[in-house]
Amino acid sequence: MPGNPFPLDKPDLLKAYRIMRTIREFEERLHVEFAKGDIPGFVHLYAGEEACATGIMMHLTDVDRIASTHRGHGHCIAKGVDVHEMMAEIYGKVTGACRGKGGSMHIADLAKGMMGANGILGAGAPLACGAGLAAKFRGDGGVGVTFFGDGASNQGMVLESMNLAAVWNLPVIFVVENNGYAESTSVEYATAVDSYVDRASGFGLPGVTVDGTDFFAVHEAAGEMIRRAREGGGPALLECRMIRFFGHFEGDAQTYKAAGENELNRRNRDCLKMFAARLREAGVVSAVELEMIDKDVESLIEDAVVSAKAAPLPTAHDLTTDVYVAY
Amino acid sequence: MARKISMKQAINEALDLEMRRDPTVIVMGEDIVGGAGSPGEEDAWGGVLGVTKGLHAKYPGRLLDTPLSESAYIGAAIGAAACGMRPVAELMFLDFMGVCFDQILNQAAKFKYMFGGKARTPVVIRAMVGAGFRAAAQHSQMLTPVFTHVPGLKVICPSNAYDAKGLLIQAIRDDDPVIFCEHKNLYGLETDVPAEAYAIPFGEANVVREGKDVTIVSYGLTVHRAFEAAEKLARDRIEAEIVDLRTLSPIDWDTVIESVENTGRLVVVDEANPRCSIASDVAAYVAEHAFGALKAAPQMVTAPHTPVPFTPVLEDLYVPTADAIAAAVSRIAPRAMAA
Repeated sequence: MPGNPFPLDKPDLLKAYRIMRTIREFEERLHVEFAKGDIPGFVHLYAGEEACATGIMMHLTDVDRIASTHRGHGHCIAKGVDVHEMMAEIYGKVTGACRGKGGSMHIADLAKGMMGANGILGAGAPLACGAGLAAKFRGDGGVGVTFFGDGASNQGMVLESMNLAAVWNLPVIFVVENNGYAESTSVEYATAVDSYVDRASGFGLPGVTVDGTDFFAVHEAAGEMIRRAREGGGPALLECRMIRFFGHFEGDAQTYKAAGENELNRRNRDCLKMFAARLREAGVVSAVELEMIDKDVESLIEDAVVSAKAAPLPTAHDLTTDVYVAY
Repeated sequence: MARKISMKQAINEALDLEMRRDPTVIVMGEDIVGGAGSPGEEDAWGGVLGVTKGLHAKYPGRLLDTPLSESAYIGAAIGAAACGMRPVAELMFLDFMGVCFDQILNQAAKFKYMFGGKARTPVVIRAMVGAGFRAAAQHSQMLTPVFTHVPGLKVICPSNAYDAKGLLIQAIRDDDPVIFCEHKNLYGLETDVPAEAYAIPFGEANVVREGKDVTIVSYGLTVHRAFEAAEKLARDRIEAEIVDLRTLSPIDWDTVIESVENTGRLVVVDEANPRCSIASDVAAYVAEHAFGALKAAPQMVTAPHTPVPFTPVLEDLYVPTADAIAAAVSRIAPRAMAA
């Protein structure tokens, strides 16, 4: 039995695999279910980007807060939001995480430190500063982490937030999930710098670019930044270069991608496959152990879909509740 | 113990009392600590008009100076509120909302509803509103209707020092986002204010003058103009009842309707532009719910549908005057009818 060459012990490696696998199954299944027409509204899938959410969230607990994006399912799952509640929410059911009032783009669970997916690009950055500020006042060692894409990185409020976090020395991690496309527009067109780290240095923030399809690279870089932030070292920026397997939203024909791009990415740059292969090759986990997790996850997602479909819808009464505390 | 203090002092006192009572109350804004420690500045600015002056020295570390970065710090206040703090953020002039409106409109206002009732966002955004400072079109607007239109926000606009203190204390204790609008031309106005803490519940209008002939509904600065008008009208033996709304969302429809049912006539005075305003809202609501009680068409007295002008000669014509209010009353309650 060879030694474990990884910075995580075996239970944590298996946990990371389970989270990535859960995100993948959740998203692949939604892709299928959405096409059937039962799911209302927009759905933006995270498949292909699992290593980023998981690599970062492995360092976080419920005391830490994240502010997510419209492509938030992966962040939710990695942060510990209940998968059944998520699925029910996406189906618009009253048993959903937000009682059917938020949908895919607004899933939140504040008890888990998930401050919400967000339909407004870049809007999570100021909110994460608020989370960092609250953690600093409480002195609980918590951090705020905000995710935004390469597109949203051009929003003024993201840049303002980097400055504010630096000025107030807040424990906030800014994560650019650079999947190369802002909807259909390429990052080369819409962003004038080659590396977001250049921007971080403009605000006095340390920054690192990593291969976001490499779980261990993300995990290591995020770990250092989060540890530093917890100890009062202030904010940092992490750019994860990654792959979006699906379109911007479900139903997007992806005409802006090169022919065969998705297939090539699936074959050569699948973060989940690469992670599993490394665990197996190092002899730390067996194929059987991973298959057992796969089976568990498949039945979890199957069960979530079945119960979400069977769950009750909100009633007309729910239309006007929760506007004010005592409405 | 009541004594006369200005609305500016009353707001400062409300912040002071709540910061003392609750350690999760923090205050942030531009220039609120600016100048602290500088030569020639014994304390700190306390905001551009000095409303928070003195608090920095009393509560070190709990007044946060911000960069000129409204999206970031208003958003940070909202995020901190969602994480258990009670921030009071000063937006300086409400006119600046354009810079940070997403955080107010799409974030703070939506969390509770969009997250299925599971979120609390106890943030107060204080800002100056209103014309009369010769500050021109970008520093003088009465934008209360914009926020009142948005479900999930509470919108407050006091007309005097007593109300300002009680309503701000309520706002800080409230679990929802509150837009607290302070008319800059009322800051110096002194009224009797108790020294101790007291909270005025939201959604309770104040009948500040009783009368049987016409109901004048207003809020903020124009309540005082309505008073002047009522004095003039009284000389013509027309007795106006004045309802100060105090809070625009929630709004006290019961008091408005009850008053109109007694008087049969309605004049709404609003410093905001007339389209989709508090004036048009109240007029429509009364027409829908108390049409049978009306002896004449509801009248709206508002600013014209223009930006606020700079030159004093035009700005003085902008805010509804007592004469304009009296004229509106006279249109629907001529002397002969009042007899």
